[in-house]
Amino acid sequence: MFRPRTVPVQIGIDSCVARCHKTTNMIQVKDLTKRYARTTAVNHISFEVTKGRIVGFLGPNGAGKTTTMRMLTCFLPPSSGTATVAGLDVVEQPLEVKRRIGYLPETPPIYPEMEAAEYLSFVGKLKGLAGVDLRRRIDYVCERCAIGDVRNKLLGKLSKGYRQRVGLAQAIIHNPDVLILDEPTAGLDPKQINETRDLIKGLAGDHTIVLSTHILPEVEQTCEQVIIINGGKLVATDSVSNLRARARGAESVLLEVAGRNGTLEAPIVQHKLEQVPGVSRVLCKEQVDSRVLFEVESQKGRLVRGDLARAVVECGWDLNELRPAAMSLEEIFLQLTGTEPATGTEGVAAVEAH
Amino acid sequence: MRNAWIICRKEMGSYFTSPVAYLLLTVFAVIVGYFFRGLLGFFVYEGMEMQMRGQQFPMNLNERVIRPVLTNVGVIGLFFIPMITMRLFAEEKRTGTIELLATSPIRDLEIILGKWLAALGLYCCLLLFTALNFAFLFRYGNPDWKPLAVGYLGLLLQAGAVLAIGTFISSLTKNQIIAGAATFGVSLLLWVLEWESGYETTTWSRVLSYMSIIAHFESFARGTVDFKDAVFYITVIFLGLFFTARSLESLRWRS
Repeated sequence: MFRPRTVPVQIGIDSCVARCHKTTNMIQVKDLTKRYARTTAVNHISFEVTKGRIVGFLGPNGAGKTTTMRMLTCFLPPSSGTATVAGLDVVEQPLEVKRRIGYLPETPPIYPEMEAAEYLSFVGKLKGLAGVDLRRRIDYVCERCAIGDVRNKLLGKLSKGYRQRVGLAQAIIHNPDVLILDEPTAGLDPKQINETRDLIKGLAGDHTIVLSTHILPEVEQTCEQVIIINGGKLVATDSVSNLRARARGAESVLLEVAGRNGTLEAPIVQHKLEQVPGVSRVLCKEQVDSRVLFEVESQKGRLVRGDLARAVVECGWDLNELRPAAMSLEEIFLQLTGTEPATGTEGVAAVEAH
Repeated sequence: MRNAWIICRKEMGSYFTSPVAYLLLTVFAVIVGYFFRGLLGFFVYEGMEMQMRGQQFPMNLNERVIRPVLTNVGVIGLFFIPMITMRLFAEEKRTGTIELLATSPIRDLEIILGKWLAALGLYCCLLLFTALNFAFLFRYGNPDWKPLAVGYLGLLLQAGAVLAIGTFISSLTKNQIIAGAATFGVSLLLWVLEWESGYETTTWSRVLSYMSIIAHFESFARGTVDFKDAVFYITVIFLGLFFTARSLESLRWRS
């Protein structure tokens, strides 16, 4: 292409520097929409991700998480709206965006007939690495993702946990600015889940990470910022602590009470519990002989566990059990949106309760 | 083009780390060897018979052995090409590795070209085995090597065309069997289209028979490069790869 000679060469560098300084937002998504023939998978989603952050993409299955991620990685073009990664538009400059993104799809994209090191070398070359750089990066990611001991094993013979780690290694091989991980812990056993989470947390300093999940504790443990979507729409985007405060505003407690002399009148206990200050609702869940299980909900912002325990003991009953009822994602949605999940009953069934 | 080469090497690697390549090589070599033996045997028998009758027999190996063997290699190739191309894209789509390729900083065209070149490479290996047979002819006879070389060039062009079609069909489905069967059907059809001209002389049938993949090989088998036929093959290669590119693109819009 013809370029006038008077234009100083430095302009390119200047504008790059300017761009990098201007956008502390690594990812910027505006009104992103993806329509398929009959459904709208992602509906006018807007959010921003600050550089160096770990962001959790939370939502039930089929909420549009994968579709959004695929649009960010230039795998799918958006129907409307814009998305930029490091200031580059995913539609206009896909090759540049792809160079800056490491992507781990839901199933690690591995070739079973390849050895781990051979595979990493292949991916590294695809991403533009070569020679000494490539070898150094392979050594680095093998160490980082703890796959050194399977370097020369066929990927097809590896366990799910190792495959996931090879998938992660593949995503970071070219040291990308942005890491996009689609359900990185799905299908792993609890030990592997913990290892993977630690690994992801460890990567956060160097990369901006977006990870999707439908498991709430995962977000709480790994992420700094949460983006909740449901039915293709943005429900909330907030920091984890704020979200926790909003979701845990009301406490829900499971409580088992037993009578000393073998008899216990459930209605009496229920009445007594309802009189504890701060309690908004008491439900009798089940009764076996003289033991009764209650679910107690507090009013917003009140902690009632201590008072409940005291009340039970003071009345001369035994307190067999007292534990917080874990909030399911579904309940969080209900609290955050104040409505039924948009997908209706099927959506509720798809939500994994925790 | 560095990227196309990376893809090509990876594809070659997966052909040769799985039993696919070895199986194809073995079966192809056995079948072509059998054809060669048959045609050579017939040639020898004919020559002896003519000598016994005291007739002069033109001992032309090129005409009587090499040419029919090359034509047969082309036809046998049509049966093997679906097995080479069926996994190219169908497998990547099934296992989801296509997502890795599509989110890497490489162009669709480089992916396609790399895969097609790898398929062509494997076909070259198949051809190498057929060359072993001809080595015997050169050892014990005195054939002309130039028509043979032109014949091989023709085979490569012909295979390139069918491989491009196979690559395209493989990009349409997730299922290798479907890709293989459809490619097989198409290549079989492209072969027998030639018969059309045998009993019909309408324009329509002439067009159909012109589309026959095998018919255009005739000139190469004779040892002459016909520009028209070379252009035909190159056009089919371009069309096949072009449609593959469109198909990959549509994958992103539909998925």
